[in-house]
Amino acid sequence: MKLTGKVFKYGDNVDTDVIIPARYLNNSDPRELAAHCMEDIDENFAQEVAEGDIIVGGKNFGSGSSREHAPLAIKTAGVSCVIADSFARIFYRNSINIGLPILTSPEAVKGIKAGARLAVDLDSGEIKDLDTDQTYQAAPFPEFMQNIIKAGGLIEKVKGEVG
Amino acid sequence: MGMTMVEKIIAAHSDNDSVKPGQIVNARVDLVLGNDVTTPVAIKEFNKIGVDSVFDRDRVAIVPDHFTPNKDINSAQQALMVRNFAREKEITNYFEVGEMGIEHCLLPEKGLTLPGEIIVGADSHTCTYGALGALATGVGSTDMAAAMATGELWFRVPETIKFVYTGKLNPWVSGKDLILYTIGKIGVDGALYKAMEFTGEAIENLSMDGRMTMSNMAIEAGGKCGLIACDDKTREYLTDRAVRDFTPYYSDNDAIYDRVIEYDVSEIEPQVAFPHLPENTRPVSKAGDVKIQQSVIGSCTNGRLEDLRIAAEVLKNKHVHEDVRCIVLPGTQEIYKQAMKEGLFEIFIDAGVAVSTPTCGPCLGGHMGILAKGERAISTTNRNFVGRMGHPESEVYLSNPAVAAASAVKGYIASPEEVVE
Repeated sequence: MKLTGKVFKYGDNVDTDVIIPARYLNNSDPRELAAHCMEDIDENFAQEVAEGDIIVGGKNFGSGSSREHAPLAIKTAGVSCVIADSFARIFYRNSINIGLPILTSPEAVKGIKAGARLAVDLDSGEIKDLDTDQTYQAAPFPEFMQNIIKAGGLIEKVKGEVG
Repeated sequence: MGMTMVEKIIAAHSDNDSVKPGQIVNARVDLVLGNDVTTPVAIKEFNKIGVDSVFDRDRVAIVPDHFTPNKDINSAQQALMVRNFAREKEITNYFEVGEMGIEHCLLPEKGLTLPGEIIVGADSHTCTYGALGALATGVGSTDMAAAMATGELWFRVPETIKFVYTGKLNPWVSGKDLILYTIGKIGVDGALYKAMEFTGEAIENLSMDGRMTMSNMAIEAGGKCGLIACDDKTREYLTDRAVRDFTPYYSDNDAIYDRVIEYDVSEIEPQVAFPHLPENTRPVSKAGDVKIQQSVIGSCTNGRLEDLRIAAEVLKNKHVHEDVRCIVLPGTQEIYKQAMKEGLFEIFIDAGVAVSTPTCGPCLGGHMGILAKGERAISTTNRNFVGRMGHPESEVYLSNPAVAAASAVKGYIASPEEVVE
């Protein structure tokens, strides 16, 4: 699967509290969550993000809470994939489970600037900066996780198994 | 070849003789947990699977503790959805307001979290139960839904970092200080994807309450879980509580660790984590002049009886500073009752403290103690991220209950030694 989009770039330790502040968690409607996505570190994000755009973060992206509302808000806001140095464990799991593509590539994070346009090939893990023509390689997912992604998320996979 | 505790627990739950770090396996879970924030999302996903009932109604626990007693109509609707699901599926361990406590204080108290078990919870601080020798880890709502339906989940076998704490604790130093110190040393991603195993003389001497505080914050170092081997203290705690038989697992002497890290605890004084990361720690004596407007004593980290006793020791015959609001939140109804019997509430109320029913409210900026723009709080909770307790331009400083109580009296971040003669 190939994606293209504009980059929103953030630093290290982008936590689930800034991705979707807890004050909005008395509601689990994905569109409501998306309307407040990234609000506490980038108040313009929800207005400026367009379908297909890409978030680039630093180390430990998605640290903090187990709230699945965080990847759900990012996905519903239209973000096609998140690229980071590393991901917090529960965020990583949640993203795989709900089908939000996430890629780990410290080189890409180092080289890519805010506002850059990227082309990402999810099958090969190739990330291309369309402004500079520079390419970066992300590590592919283990086969087990690829199967969850191919099934369309964990629920679809489980449905296939219990049904 | 030897195995670590975590490897043995995963092997036993996946019918393998042995497992290795990096391996991905399906394993049975012994308990699945959710709260009023994460369960509504899990219910929507559960309903897509197409099963009528949960895998075992005795092995699902639902604790509405985040926005309860409900703070507004939306949170009431969420709690209603959770309540209806629990009734319809005949969930044994659903805890309504009045029975409810902060989930990670409540479940161990009820004997629902046992050594050698795999426990998954749609709350990141599920790792608390590692203090009892369980592989307990936070997951999302989709994982909760899949685990409720099948009683299984996928796990990547983690590498284990062994922490050895030697020496004797200094006065006013507790489990909270050991874990803040550790996170300060290794960083908020220092144990990313890994299991943390807490060992050594200082851990053996730590109370169960103190151990739970340590395991609770394993996630703040990025850890999958934070385990302490079951010993006589654990068994004593579980006497008359454990709802099931259990099998503890112990790391082999020749187990392979990712790293072994040793700390001499006699060099550690009470710690304070400065905004906006739990790794920004420094000794309280080096805190400098930080004025505060709020002090919060409670949460799944420090809302247990021992914590309230320590806070009361500091607050006895003292009064909260005129510029400070101090809030104490007992973790469960049982802790509430015991604290009342021991006269702790009289000490708190005489000191000008507000005592609350159990709730996670202020810890995550939900309700019952939200900060305005520019305000600072010292808190015994586990996170000091941007906007964690309210306005994005407010600040949270993390500490143990003694420092939070002393700071409430002084109006600035203070050592208990400044308050207690």
